[in-house]
Amino acid sequence: MSEPAKGISRTDVAHLAGLARIDLSDAELDHLASELPAILENVAIVQRAAGDDVEAMSHPLPVNNVFREDVEVPCLTPEEALAMAPASEQQRFLVPKILGEE
Amino acid sequence: MTATETLVPFDEALTRYDPVMGLEIHIELNTATKMFCGCPTGFGAEPNTQTCPVCLALPGALPVVNAKAVESAIRMGLALNCEIAEWCRFARKNYFYPDMPKNFQTSQYDEPIAYDGYVDVDVDGETYRIEIERAHMEEDTGKSLHVGGSTGRIQGADFSLVDYNRAGIPLIEIVTRTIEVPGDKAPAVARAYVSHVRDLIGGLGVSDVRMDQGSLRADVNLSLKPKGSSALGTRSETKNVNSFRSVERAVRFEVSRHAGILDAGGKVIQETRHFHEDTGTTSSGREKSDADDYRYFPEPDLAPVSPSREWVEELRKTLPEPPAVRRARLQADWGFSDLDMRDTIGAGALDLITATVELGTTPQAAKKWWLGEMARRANETGVDIDALGITPQQVAEIQKLIDDGRINDKLAREVFDGVIAGEGTPEEVVVARKLEVVSDDGALGAAVDRAIEADPDAAQKIRDGKQAAAGALIGAVMKEMRGQADAGRVRELIIEKLS
Ligand SMILES: [Zn+2]
Repeated sequence: MSEPAKGISRTDVAHLAGLARIDLSDAELDHLASELPAILENVAIVQRAAGDDVEAMSHPLPVNNVFREDVEVPCLTPEEALAMAPASEQQRFLVPKILGEE
Repeated sequence: MTATETLVPFDEALTRYDPVMGLEIHIELNTATKMFCGCPTGFGAEPNTQTCPVCLALPGALPVVNAKAVESAIRMGLALNCEIAEWCRFARKNYFYPDMPKNFQTSQYDEPIAYDGYVDVDVDGETYRIEIERAHMEEDTGKSLHVGGSTGRIQGADFSLVDYNRAGIPLIEIVTRTIEVPGDKAPAVARAYVSHVRDLIGGLGVSDVRMDQGSLRADVNLSLKPKGSSALGTRSETKNVNSFRSVERAVRFEVSRHAGILDAGGKVIQETRHFHEDTGTTSSGREKSDADDYRYFPEPDLAPVSPSREWVEELRKTLPEPPAVRRARLQADWGFSDLDMRDTIGAGALDLITATVELGTTPQAAKKWWLGEMARRANETGVDIDALGITPQQVAEIQKLIDDGRINDKLAREVFDGVIAGEGTPEEVVVARKLEVVSDDGALGAAVDRAIEADPDAAQKIRDGKQAAAGALIGAVMKEMRGQADAGRVRELIIEKLS
């Protein structure tokens, strides 16, 4: 919903990586700081093609109100659900403590 | 915040600062299925028994909006006097936390389904208008069980166990505009607002609105403004305050805490705070940080919601009578004074008395039990009146036992004790605790004889025509029978025997 930045600094890339919880090395930061602006520039070309009268699209089809009835459907069993987890305990998904959380 | 923080007494703080509040209420809808998938929503199920590829965010799963949840959201919006959006979208709120397997929560951003509403709440006979900024649709998160190394389960381990049953349950978040009322009223207004919204939404039947089960959760945002200044202070956000009483206490505590910081020339930190029921205090949660950059964007997997005006008007017709109209009608029906009514609303007992009266109890009797007995117990134990463990059904049953002459008011209090203690139905408690009043003349007559023998002076006075002296003998009989005698019949027997 925000305007894409014209340029993107190394600090921006570090910030985005932090938000995405991706650990980037200095070399990777340098690399992406030069790569991302090029990608954004390509996006900007498409943006210029659309006039002010064209609304930003958020859904590929011009449809509204796709609803379902409030009717139960069978769930996965806990075994099925947890089979996809790397680890589980007490019938719950076991996840590592998240960095920076209390 | 450190443990050495200074608190300024609430009343003193108000001499220098005006509180500014914002309240956020999350309401879990009682739809049969989740917001975007057909998983059931029952409370208290075994962990991870209510999940599917959609709410576990497995690749390729496609969420579809629950029509009933949208209907409930619109009805709530209308009840809150909101405008209903002609067209709105869901948005992804991106954050990394294991309580949402998708790494985002589907919410609404700048296009809420309902906006610009208000509710009027009464406190001490004054009406305060609370403006509603928005009410938007979103989904609840899973429940994490934090397991730290300190528990000794696994040496040095720190991890969480997550249950996704709750992930995806439809949630409506109601956000107020800033609330500025006279400082001394702020805690009560905050409480009255949450209580009012509970009653309003409960009346729609779209949610269980149980604070104790988390189907209604309140966040209290508070900042202080130095008197005479118009500059807003930095606010704290106290999360998941889970009783009406706690809402009031959280406001009071934060006023005292903020004033302490500001008086010392410090700066309030913008952070979330946790409320502690036992001490009535808050503690530091998490400071606002870069991680709160949620990078909202429209949810591409869901079509926009565009409720037709016809649908909205149809739903408007399903709304129950507005609270003010309902109160006026009930007051007239019950013959309550303005003060009775104010006490009823203040105690959060309007629905409880209504339900009790509907079960056949007289309004006066319902009032006696809920405002006398139950409000007192709620105060003493520090819980909300509807969390005492007494239902309108039980009050009606107990009053019926009194009307049938099987127990008296005094014994009824013991029956309440038993029911609250989980000893069974009122009938079962009466039997188990042997509380039934004795009205058979054999047993009463013998006790009366003993009372007369023990107090010849009183007996002589009654023989001399001073019937007021019967009180002493009745008292003696009641004492012997441990309060379980039919006092009316005892009086008759005494007079019969001594005239
Ligand atoms: Zn599901």
